[in-house]
Amino acid sequence: MSKFEYAPAPESAALVDISSEYGLFINGKFVAAKSGKTFITTNPATEEKLSKVAYAELADVNLAVTAARNAYVKTWSKMPPAERGKYLFRIARILQERTREFAVLETLDNGKPIRETRDTDIPLAAAHFFYHAGWADKLSYAGYGANPKPYGVAAQIIPWNFPMLMLAWKIAPALATGNTVVLKPAETTPLTALLFAEVCQQAGLPAGVVNIITGDGGTGSHLVNHPGVDKVAFTGSTGVGKAIAKAIAGTKKSATLELGGKGANIVFEDAAIDEAVEGIVNGIFFNQGHVCCAGSRLLVQENIQDELLEKLKSRISLIRIGNPMDKNTDLGAINSAAQLSRIREIADSGDIEGATRWSPDCTLPKSGYWYPPTIFTGVSQSHRIARDEIFGPVLSVLTFRTPQEAIEKANNTPYGLSAGIWSDKGSRILWTAKHLRAGVIWANTFNKFDPASPFGGYKESGWGREGGRHGLSGYLKGQY
Amino acid sequence: MCKAIHPDPMDLSVPSVGAICVYNDMVKVARTALDLGGGQNIPVAAVATAFPSGRASMEVKIQDTKDAIANGATEIDMVIDRGAFLAGKLGLVSDQIRAIKEICGSQAHLKVILETGELVTLDNVRKASYLAMLAGADFIKTSTGKVAPAATAPVVYVMLEAVRDFYKMTGLRIGVKPAGGIRNTKDAIKQLVLVNEIAGPEWLDPALFRIGASALLNDLLIQRMKMRDGYYASPNYVTLD
Repeated sequence: MSKFEYAPAPESAALVDISSEYGLFINGKFVAAKSGKTFITTNPATEEKLSKVAYAELADVNLAVTAARNAYVKTWSKMPPAERGKYLFRIARILQERTREFAVLETLDNGKPIRETRDTDIPLAAAHFFYHAGWADKLSYAGYGANPKPYGVAAQIIPWNFPMLMLAWKIAPALATGNTVVLKPAETTPLTALLFAEVCQQAGLPAGVVNIITGDGGTGSHLVNHPGVDKVAFTGSTGVGKAIAKAIAGTKKSATLELGGKGANIVFEDAAIDEAVEGIVNGIFFNQGHVCCAGSRLLVQENIQDELLEKLKSRISLIRIGNPMDKNTDLGAINSAAQLSRIREIADSGDIEGATRWSPDCTLPKSGYWYPPTIFTGVSQSHRIARDEIFGPVLSVLTFRTPQEAIEKANNTPYGLSAGIWSDKGSRILWTAKHLRAGVIWANTFNKFDPASPFGGYKESGWGREGGRHGLSGYLKGQY
Repeated sequence: MCKAIHPDPMDLSVPSVGAICVYNDMVKVARTALDLGGGQNIPVAAVATAFPSGRASMEVKIQDTKDAIANGATEIDMVIDRGAFLAGKLGLVSDQIRAIKEICGSQAHLKVILETGELVTLDNVRKASYLAMLAGADFIKTSTGKVAPAATAPVVYVMLEAVRDFYKMTGLRIGVKPAGGIRNTKDAIKQLVLVNEIAGPEWLDPALFRIGASALLNDLLIQRMKMRDGYYASPNYVTLD
């Protein structure tokens, strides 16, 4: 079969210096946790230890929030907005200069392919800083009144699926609008946030404007519940999002929540099939399917199902799985053992409930956490694999016969984050988009992101928007 | 012609080219030279049907083709009438391809040059690919080499999808030949990756995939020498003709 083998093309791990131990970044300095507690972060592709990271508890959260408050009162809120913008531009430029270092570190800590960190995560993170740098001195023109005001101290909690990109989505608008920040990266992916702390030092950002504390859900809970926090911004699961909403109910705190999704990718009979296949693959296998806006439900018009599935399967057979540091790798490692067992559990329910599983013939590496690209056909709306967010490389295929049926099925979910429409007919695309209850809708493409484009969900997919002019409102007082 | 038989005269293990592609009046010259020089197995292809513009009457195109075959061409590279195609006269384009195919019969392989640089859109490339295959093309070829852009990756991608889909429908494997614009080894490898991933490994065969390599050959030789010797030689070590 293989006249044509691809040689390995690994990126060098030596491009980044990983310290053996990292402290918390509070008030411009790295400090150990008060308790001295630490935890280990590993490379999910090899299960090897990468570093030891400080574990923040309430005492540390107190210090971080106090540092952010002092920086807000004494420095950041008094600085002319154009000066704030300069810091953001400086951070953006440093991110671009150090882009390969960040990409390598992100791949090592997260398990996602270097192709993605190099071409998507880090360039987009820099783009978010550039974009928001431009807003810093133009907020009067954003449509939120003549002199919109920041909240003060923003508590930001980000997930492990796009660690650096989610950091940028959070920190860039917060700083541009004049807030100071305490950010907690996910427990399994703290390293790029800590490298970003170095960038803040390198950029000469005033101490306390950005504080980064590492820990788990307990740390996050202390942060969310801290009375010194004015604004909470969270990206993660709907379950935790609901807990945060309950925790801040009745307080002064405002929240932006970017939660789960079960995006429908709708392919009409007149779609360009080969293009749709690429979009389906991108929609569910990008970042191992660890994407809140993944197109995890494929809704295909019944009369093209056979042709589409045949092409989809042969395309999936070309996906290269393995070493995330290899530039040819398409599908990397699952981020953690816990996530792998969650994917297994939900996918197995597909077998039990009667859907048909298919995966290509592929060998998975022996160490690390891996799941093969998987599609389930014969799925109905009542199957758990059609309802629950799997957050892995598992696609559920459903069919429809009329556009109305496609809309009903697509909207029949507690989520409402993303959707895709594939059709050659403009009027059909517009009609479908109008009836879909989803915050982000792509037509004849999928997973396209731009700092100028707002992102967010309907229903249980969250509150508020991030990015664009709309995203600024989440960090300006009195704007919802 | 020596170079076609032994692309690197210093290294006789370098394989011969897939075919020599010449204008009609040079067919006999090329055939004779190949036969005398030990290149009896290398086919001569003739660009025919008023290459490269395709602007001639059908009688002239037919005569052009007959003449090339009579002089020893075993492959005919015809150009389609792009004016007719863009005007929507698909039946006319199809009839012309069928007429040339009939002359080729079993004596010559027919390559149909779409001149994708003049078709402009990928939709047109797909449509013209199907038109050519349905009318009897053995190969579909991107370009004459006289128009830019020529064999760009997106165009070759679409043509490879077309032959793949045509094979699924009919069981017939049609060849693809990108020509024009592939000037170095790296570009050629990218083309091979496209073939492998889109049409499939069955197409990684000179009978189903060829690259128009007038400009490419010397870079291939330089890279091959580099792999053998470990350093880049001066371009003067490869011959210009």
